[in-house]
Amino acid sequence: MKLNNLLNLLVLGLALTITGEGCKTKRVRTTPIPSGKNDVTDANPPGGSSVPSIPINNSNPISLPPPVDNNPRNVDNTSVKNPDNTFQLTKDHTGWNANADALKAEIVYFDFDKSAIRASETSKLEHVVEYLKSNPESAVRVEGNCDERGTEQYNRSLGERRSLAAREYLLNAGIAATRVDTLSNGQDKPAELGHDESAWSKNRRDEFIVLTAPKP
Amino acid sequence: MIKSLSKYFSWIAIATFCMALPAYSQEETIQIKKPGVITDFTPPTPIVVKGYSGEVAKVLNFDLTVMGFKEVEEGGAQYTLSGSNNGSVQGQLSFGKTVIFSKVYTGSSLRSQAHRLADEVVFKLTGVQGIAESRIAFCGYNILGGGQGKKGEIYVSDFDGYNAKSVTSDDVDVCDPCWVPGRLAMFYTSYKSVYPRIFYQNLTSGERRVFSSYPGMNAGSAVSPDGTKVAMVLSRTGSSEIWVKDLSGGEARQLTTSAHQASGPCWSPDSSTICFSAVVGGRTSLYKVSASGGGMERVRTDGVGRPTEPDWSPDGKWIAFTSQASDFSICVIPASGGSATPIVTGQDPSWAPNSRTLVYVKRSGTEHLVLSVLDVPTKQYKDAYRVTGNHSNNSQPSWAR
Repeated sequence: MKLNNLLNLLVLGLALTITGEGCKTKRVRTTPIPSGKNDVTDANPPGGSSVPSIPINNSNPISLPPPVDNNPRNVDNTSVKNPDNTFQLTKDHTGWNANADALKAEIVYFDFDKSAIRASETSKLEHVVEYLKSNPESAVRVEGNCDERGTEQYNRSLGERRSLAAREYLLNAGIAATRVDTLSNGQDKPAELGHDESAWSKNRRDEFIVLTAPKP
Repeated sequence: MIKSLSKYFSWIAIATFCMALPAYSQEETIQIKKPGVITDFTPPTPIVVKGYSGEVAKVLNFDLTVMGFKEVEEGGAQYTLSGSNNGSVQGQLSFGKTVIFSKVYTGSSLRSQAHRLADEVVFKLTGVQGIAESRIAFCGYNILGGGQGKKGEIYVSDFDGYNAKSVTSDDVDVCDPCWVPGRLAMFYTSYKSVYPRIFYQNLTSGERRVFSSYPGMNAGSAVSPDGTKVAMVLSRTGSSEIWVKDLSGGEARQLTTSAHQASGPCWSPDSSTICFSAVVGGRTSLYKVSASGGGMERVRTDGVGRPTEPDWSPDGKWIAFTSQASDFSICVIPASGGSATPIVTGQDPSWAPNSRTLVYVKRSGTEHLVLSVLDVPTKQYKDAYRVTGNHSNNSQPSWAR
């Protein structure tokens, strides 16, 4: 048993080494300018043979510049003309601790291609409301999901609409707008991997992730 | 026969011929069909290709097929491309006994030399720049069970899928890659910081930064052809709408207020108009909105339902999109809207710079999504080379233009 584990580690290590080597080799490869046009920059002589190199698998942690223009906490929404102003998303809870288990029983399911909350699902939303009222320090992220029928970009917007539908319910029930985030996974996070209605019906859903502030 | 063919005669091709071959006899007929009405089926132009082997033969076949030609047996065509690939690619294109050009290609790889030869053949015979040296970007990913979901990276590759390289290494859900026109730079959506944000990445330096991180969804980025603006889908107002933001910075501006479930924006070539999909009154349709604001105008897609993922051809004449019935199909309409022509089964089309070839996604069996390259007028297609292993689904292609 122990020997097996050791062997596995060895193989894994070897695989990682090989992968690492692969990346290194790739790094020196070059990529011609997009679309093969030779007139994009003066630096490229006709023929497109002189090419800037692309650092591959840029693994350095990116340093996110301060989002001065679009820091959610500084956004002035006055220029926005939308009848749903009351439900505007004002901030999210990036960096908060996520707990997917606390409200696992309250997953809300949807009809195919629909974002309306079914009457059968409202009791679950009431439980979410109760939870948020009795845990006033916490917030929630509503994650909207779709089945695989539908194009990728369409489903990302459909998932967002499902998430926003639950958010609207929570806000109407008195939960502060600042406590409810939305996130759409589109069709990218299925609960079940199958390709039939039994899987699809479980994948058309909203999940509720409880968020708590990181300890200072 | 000759008269009916002369109808399709390309004056650009004649001009090219006359310049290249002053002594060329005008009596002979050149059987070239320009894609006059792109959605009518046009027979491919036959060509004999001989003397090539292995990879070079495959490259030439792939490239010529997706640009409207068809390889035939000797004697079956007036055009002959003959040559060799011993050390370097050589090629001689002739029409009957008249040599149109004869060249030796050097530098880079044999694949690259073969691509250049194919482009030269296409340019000499149609007057349109070839696409064989162009590039695409796409998502390579797998979807894992146990609630892990999509794990993938953004890739760039040759237009036929070869020489694919990942330009990210985040191992998260990534989507909607889009090139900055004429630059080695792109925008895409990543869940790297949990919430979907739009990132800008300079592929030369590797530098990247968050471009849009409003609360809610930031997705569907599409750079205007003039390179000054990014259209995107934001949900910050409580519904998914089309917004636009300058590459140079500043605040995003809201263009629609009643699209509700907008997705997949694309630009007209003059950068004045954005076409997108929306669900209004329970019905999915394509719409247009001016990049400077104003109302939404529905775009007719007669004959097919649930249109999404539009892409406007660089020449401004066509909009390709995905329609959905029992399966997905790639369809084309005139850019002003009208009767839709289904071309092949597949989804998420992206036009090549030549405004006749598309790259799109199709399912290979029940398992993988694979990219395929389609010549719209002849309906000929070839599957691109696929990234395998951990990223064996290849989707959401974006053609660099």
